Amino acid sequence: MSKRAIFLYAEDAENDMLLMKKAIAKAGLDIELKTVSDGEELIRYINGEGPFSDRRKYPLPTLLVLDLNLPKKNGFEILKWLRRQPHLKRMIVIVLTASRRQEDVDQSHELGANAVLVKPSTIDDLVDMVRQLSDWVELTKMPNIDVKWKSAL
Amino acid sequence: MDEIESILLVEDNENDRMFMRHAFKKTNFPWKVQELHDGEEAIAYLIGNDPYSDRSKFPLPAVMLLDLNMPKKNGFEVLGWVRAQEAFKRLAIIILTASRRSDDVKQAYSLGVNSFLVKPATIEKLVQMVGCLRDWLHMNQVASLNDAVRK
Repeated sequence: MSKRAIFLYAEDAENDMLLMKKAIAKAGLDIELKTVSDGEELIRYINGEGPFSDRRKYPLPTLLVLDLNLPKKNGFEILKWLRRQPHLKRMIVIVLTASRRQEDVDQSHELGANAVLVKPSTIDDLVDMVRQLSDWVELTKMPNIDVKWKSAL
Repeated sequence: MDEIESILLVEDNENDRMFMRHAFKKTNFPWKVQELHDGEEAIAYLIGNDPYSDRSKFPLPAVMLLDLNMPKKNGFEVLGWVRAQEAFKRLAIIILTASRRSDDVKQAYSLGVNSFLVKPATIEKLVQMVGCLRDWLHMNQVASLNDAVRK
């Protein structure tokens, strides 16, 4: 990939957020990590509303890393909302959850998640996961989010 | 948690199927791969129509690797069909194509593909790609298609 990847991580647990930052740094990956801590903040970020109106500071991400158990609007509600937006429905969504429940995995796929990953329990495993995710992003052709829509903001 | 049992490779080009077989072997690809030759075969396989009615021989896949440019039904038609079926819509689909056209990428994601891969030009790169695919699939949690079908 020619451009630096931007991961938008929606996660309410501060510890998980810190671990992700640490894992990306430890893996030595050139990834810009943006974070939001609940579902409503995530929608505002993606829409470029309020504090997120400056797209240079808050660019549309290469992919969204989505916790399921988010306050205000949970991961399922976000997926449903995103896949209904004509200009955003192609955004890559990686569900990252502590849940190993098959119902949660099934529902995430049903609602159009591109992949479902389980949060590793150690930092070393998280580093491996972030590395593999980055390799996968490098390998795959990513969708363009509508340019006209972006410039209209 | 559902484990991956088998994978479908839907590809009309015999050489490409042979290269993929080589890459699966080189990377110790751990899953059984069923090969199909066009879009109609892919749909018949999923439904379990003849000659694919024996599920012990032709199990439902956890992942489908799908070419775009195929006879009878192309990859977009198969993708659109799968996503419209209550029983199969959760199936993970990865496009594997020679096309780099951004319109094809856009259309595939609009139809709900999970990932989009471009066939590399050399065998060496293909082996690398399949190795990365193997690691990625190991990490992924797949949907339980069998339950969906039973429902």
